[in-house]
Amino acid sequence: MNLDPKIPSGPLEEKWKTHLKDVKLVSPNNKRKYSVIVVGTGLAGASAAASLAELGYNVKTFCIQDSARRAHSIAAQGGINAAKNYQNDGDSVWRLFYDTIKGGDYRSREANVYRLAENSNHIIDQAVAQGVPFGREYGGLLDNRSFGGAQVSRTFYSRGQTGQQLLLGAYQAMMKEVHSGKIQNYPRQEMMDLVVVDGKARGIITRDLVSGEIQKWYADAVVLCTGGYGNVFYLSTNAKNSNVTAAWRCHKRGAAFANPCFVQIHPTCIPVSGDYQSKLTLMSESLRNDGRVWVPKKKGDKRKPNEIPEEERYYFLEERYPSFGNLVPRDVASRNAKLVTDDGLGVGETGLAVYLDFRDAIKREGKDVIQAKYGNLFDMYENIADENPYETPMKIFPAVHYTMGGLWVDYNLMSNIPGLFVAGEANFSDHGANRLGASALMQGLSDGYFIIPYTVGNYLADNDFSKVTTDHEAFTEAAETSAKQLDKLLSIQGNKTIIEFHRELGKIMWDKVGISRSKEGLESAISQIRKLREEFWQNVRVPGEAGYYNKYLEYAHRLVDYFELAELMALDAIDRNESCGCHLRDEYQSEEGEAIRNDDDFAYVAAWEYLGVNGKLETKLHKEPLQFEFVEMKQRSYK
Amino acid sequence: MSEMTINLKIWRQKNTTDAGRFEDYLLPGVNEHMSFLEMLDVLNEKLMKEGGDPVEFDHDCREGICGSCNMVINGRAHGPKHQTAACQLHMRNYNDGDTIVIEPPRAASFPVIKDLVVDRSALDRIIEAGGYISVKTGAAPEANLIPVPQEVSNQAFDYATCIGCGACVAACPNSSASLFTGAKLSHLNSLPQGQPEKDKRSIAMVHQMEKEGFGDCSNYAECEAVCPVGISISAIAQMRRDYVKAVF
Repeated sequence: MNLDPKIPSGPLEEKWKTHLKDVKLVSPNNKRKYSVIVVGTGLAGASAAASLAELGYNVKTFCIQDSARRAHSIAAQGGINAAKNYQNDGDSVWRLFYDTIKGGDYRSREANVYRLAENSNHIIDQAVAQGVPFGREYGGLLDNRSFGGAQVSRTFYSRGQTGQQLLLGAYQAMMKEVHSGKIQNYPRQEMMDLVVVDGKARGIITRDLVSGEIQKWYADAVVLCTGGYGNVFYLSTNAKNSNVTAAWRCHKRGAAFANPCFVQIHPTCIPVSGDYQSKLTLMSESLRNDGRVWVPKKKGDKRKPNEIPEEERYYFLEERYPSFGNLVPRDVASRNAKLVTDDGLGVGETGLAVYLDFRDAIKREGKDVIQAKYGNLFDMYENIADENPYETPMKIFPAVHYTMGGLWVDYNLMSNIPGLFVAGEANFSDHGANRLGASALMQGLSDGYFIIPYTVGNYLADNDFSKVTTDHEAFTEAAETSAKQLDKLLSIQGNKTIIEFHRELGKIMWDKVGISRSKEGLESAISQIRKLREEFWQNVRVPGEAGYYNKYLEYAHRLVDYFELAELMALDAIDRNESCGCHLRDEYQSEEGEAIRNDDDFAYVAAWEYLGVNGKLETKLHKEPLQFEFVEMKQRSYK
Repeated sequence: MSEMTINLKIWRQKNTTDAGRFEDYLLPGVNEHMSFLEMLDVLNEKLMKEGGDPVEFDHDCREGICGSCNMVINGRAHGPKHQTAACQLHMRNYNDGDTIVIEPPRAASFPVIKDLVVDRSALDRIIEAGGYISVKTGAAPEANLIPVPQEVSNQAFDYATCIGCGACVAACPNSSASLFTGAKLSHLNSLPQGQPEKDKRSIAMVHQMEKEGFGDCSNYAECEAVCPVGISISAIAQMRRDYVKAVF
């Protein structure tokens, strides 16, 4: 397996510029001879599709939703980072780069992260030109807010709906190209498989989710922008239909899966209330700008929060991390919430919650100011939790939110299968072992608007393409495999529902592959996952037929892939005998519960090769060493 | 924590050509903290265990932002709670023994695919006709070169917040998509960046709306009443002004 990251040589600041000088170009009248498939229409997919079409390529877009505008990027709340330094607070491309690489606990590539920081400013320009209504100051210029893991204000926002506004900008750019005829747009289509011909990605197999028909599509390159795999935990902040299937099927066709155990557990979510719960709702990290996180000092203190006097409150983030306080990175905040609840200091009916309190902010700035900043979030909280956060503190708890791991890509965002590009959350590239807030939107759009258009062109110009049609045997084989799997699922007719299996899998993952992990726990998780997977194939009940709209059939075949991914995540977590970022191994932590990295042995990207499933997942680990030429790997400190 | 038994009357329709009918279901054990869609999940679990066909409905984010869900509950798009999408509605708004009627949004431009799932691609085609600012990637000037007064930006946001669920169409006696179309036009036409294409955009989107078979607006304001994100019907007035100015 060739895992050359193809990072350009030279000084950090010059790498991307040099690369842009070196990439091969396709002349305007040749671009129309090429076709590119983009799967997924979130920030990465919609922006890539629009930009490729503007250049003149023939683009086909596919998404599982009924409209491209509903991809899950729409739900991102807080904001998007950029190194504009509009606040004159000392920000720069270097600082954004440094914060991001440090935030990721030195498990990402310097060159990728620096390019991300460089592109950040162009994204803001592009979005403003599209009419994205960012928050503005009285003078009409753009406003910023602060986010975790940074000491500058560099986050641009559209109230609590930044993802929605940026996605609509990208979606509209995409629809502009549908209008121009350069994009053919196929909603309600699910990618079932990747088609590889002569070692190159040459197409995909989809299922039309309305008619149930299995369809074949060929292209000269495939760009996968299908998001993350947080739903393997059953409960997460992801949309219900977010899934790993497209990425996993590429993995099964030979694409390496990198750092699967790196999962972001977001500290500020509304706690679980009962078994019927279908998903968890995030409360934007921006709330930590003004909210103070605390628990009672006394175990089992059942008083109402407002009755607990100041001296009996434990503001654990402020006390343990005086310089960053409530704005520590997400992994640190989540881990500390777990530590205090493990100590029996948690609040609420389940004891699995901490307070996020706006009392002091309201006292300091007035209710109107707080309402203007967070009104929609407070309303959302009240609607779900049935409590008024202006009067009583919010109860929050960590929940699975984002996956830093994903398909391995080189500097060109190309996987190890030539012609298969992967962008946005679906790849592993930029966030290392922990993603900072307001960086997911930045990465999705940097990949889609400003990287993919160049690197896909370079690939197309640099390769010869044999004429391939969907009659090729590789298409027939992949289509048959997809159809057979659906038939098999429908034929089992067992006694347990799909959700019952998914919930059980999620519980194993949350308990043993969640906020903290141990060798023993991970090993037991693996044997439980294998057992449950076997039971699934014997006893699942999938309703209806394959030949029409059938959401539970879609769900079942996505769960098939989660069952395999879950085992890989646990294997990856066992292999990584260190703690870093989100990955806390109980065996490798300081007395205060801080992560202890092992740079000598683990400064690498773990890229896994799929070999098959035979009772157990057969897989092979490859390592891409991470080199740090420009920053020194330090123990992360937010104290 | 109280548990309720709910009587459900749900529209079942196999496909676009099937005539469709209401079917009754008795659902015990409904928890007040459940969301409305979680209640339907529980119903589907029960139906599947009994060997029946689950009720199909569109849903995704379950946070009120993706606009996937759009069912009509007791005759009202998204149900009884003001400015609340169906996925954000909780069962604490109902009482033990209540009867709830659930059906798809009814509009000729939204053909039923199955049960509560409808085809809303007509809304995409309205955006495709002109709901954008034509700026190519890479061509944008420095963001702060174009100051936008805060109140203009806020107003644009209030229209841009539309989630494209189609509740406005479902609620309108004329099945008009004027609120949806007006919201996008008011968003883009009020910003300095949107000026160059304002006339062209206004004409193209209004004409596409007509072409898709949506009715005209007769100022019932039912759309504003059911809009889960509170888009004001002033969007429609703005659309009319911009259209008339563009045509004459």
